[in-house]
Amino acid sequence: MMSTNFKAQLMKAKEVAKIIVNKEDLFILDVRNESDFNDWKIEGTSIEIINIPYFDLLDGVDPALERIPDGKDVLVVCAKEGSSQFIAEQLAESGRSNVFYLEGGMKSWSEYLEPVKVADLSHGGELYQFVRLGKGCLSYMVLSNGEAAIIDTNRMIDQYESFMKEKGVKLAHTIDTHLHADHISGGRALAEKYGAMYHLPPKDATEVTFEYQKLEEGNDILVGNETILVQPIYSPGHTIGSTSFIIDNQYLLSGDILFVESIGRPDLAGLAEDWVGDLRETLYSRYKDLSDELVVLPAHFGKISELGTGGLVSGRLSELYKENPGLNIQDEEEFRRTVTENLPPQPNAYQEIRQTNMGKIKPNDEEQREMEIGPNRCAVHDN
Amino acid sequence: MKSVKIVDAKGLACPMPIVRTKKGMDELRSGEVLEVHATDKGAKNDLVAWANSTGHQLLADEEVDGVFKFWIKKG
Repeated sequence: MMSTNFKAQLMKAKEVAKIIVNKEDLFILDVRNESDFNDWKIEGTSIEIINIPYFDLLDGVDPALERIPDGKDVLVVCAKEGSSQFIAEQLAESGRSNVFYLEGGMKSWSEYLEPVKVADLSHGGELYQFVRLGKGCLSYMVLSNGEAAIIDTNRMIDQYESFMKEKGVKLAHTIDTHLHADHISGGRALAEKYGAMYHLPPKDATEVTFEYQKLEEGNDILVGNETILVQPIYSPGHTIGSTSFIIDNQYLLSGDILFVESIGRPDLAGLAEDWVGDLRETLYSRYKDLSDELVVLPAHFGKISELGTGGLVSGRLSELYKENPGLNIQDEEEFRRTVTENLPPQPNAYQEIRQTNMGKIKPNDEEQREMEIGPNRCAVHDN
Repeated sequence: MKSVKIVDAKGLACPMPIVRTKKGMDELRSGEVLEVHATDKGAKNDLVAWANSTGHQLLADEEVDGVFKFWIKKG
C-alpha cells in the first residue's frame, strides 16, 4: 500500500539557533495570539515568519498552507509546544513535507544560549560569548589554565555547567557588570554551587541580602594562575554601579552601558534624571580615554542584524564612535532627551527581576521563567 | 452569571482549552452564554483573542484557587 503520510518532526532551540547564525533559510509559522507575536518573536536575517493564531486554524489549516512557500522547511512555533504540534501534524497530514515544531516552544527559545568563540587570549586562554538569541542577552566566559570566570551569567546555569565540563575547567569567579533588570542573574547560584566568588558592584548592591565580593576599580580579577587579567572600569549610567571590564588588554566588556548599535537606558531603577549625567560622562569621556583599538563586547544586542560571523556580537571602539548614534549626540540637552524620553517599553517584570537579583524575593523556577518572557529592552533605540 | 453550558478544560494545555471551548460554542445559539474553566495560564489571552476574532464576547472572568473561569456570550 502506498503511503503519502508525512510526519511532523521536533526541532530543538539549538537547531534553530544554528540556522540563524549560519543564515540558512527557514519559514516560521508562529501560531501564538497576535499580541504575543507582536511583542516578541524569533528573528533572524534569513528567517521568514508569519503569524496565524492556532485558534484560527481549528477548522482546517488551508489558510496557513496558502501562505507557506514550497520547498522551504516549515517550523511551527507556539508558547509551549502543544499548539504548534497540533498545527504541524495537520500540515503534515495534508501532505506538506519538512514540517517541524519547536520543542518547548518560545519558553525554550527564550532560554537557549549559543556559545560563540570570540578569540584566543594570551597564554592559551579563550574567550567565549554566550548569545541568548531569544532574549538578546550576552554573557561571557573567560577560560584559562583550567579555570573559568563568567560575566553576566544568565539564570540557566546548567548550560554553562555543561560547557565548563566539556572544556574541563573549574569555575573561579562569576561577575555581574551591574544589577540586572531584564533577566535573572545565575551568577550567585553558580558561584555558590562551585565555591567560586560572586562579584557585584557595591553601589548596585546596597540592598542585597547576601554576601558578595566588591567589584571596584583596582580590584583586578585573575583567571587561571594569573594569566588573564580582568580589569574593572567604573562606568555608571545604566545603573549607578555599572562596571565595565578590560580583558587581556584587548576586549572591553561594556555591560549595559554601550551596545554595538545603541546605548544603555538610565531609567530602569527609577532614577533616569539623576543618572543621565553619569551615562554621558562614561560614554563621552571615560570610554574616550581608553584605547580605541579595544573590541567592545556588550551584555545585549538590540537588533538581530548586529550578529556577525558565527553569531558574534562585537565592534571596535573606534568604529562605534563613528557609527553608533548614541555616541554622536553632541548637544547635552538633546542627549538627555534621547535617553529619558520616548524610550521603548520597560522589560517585562523588571521591578520583580531587580528584587530577585537583590535576593529580596525568591520566585520558583516557573515564576522566574515567566518573569523573563519577552524582549530585553535595555537599550535606548531597540525598535 | 448564568450560563447554558460549562466547558471543563482544567488540567488541559494549549490548544485543548480553545478546542473544547469552540466545540462547546458550536452547540449554543447566538446570545447564549458559555462558561469555561481552565488552569492553563496562557488560556486567558488566547480566549480573549479567539473571542474577538470569532465575534463572541468575553463578558467576565475570574480566578479562584488557580482555576480561571470565563463567561463568553455567543456572537
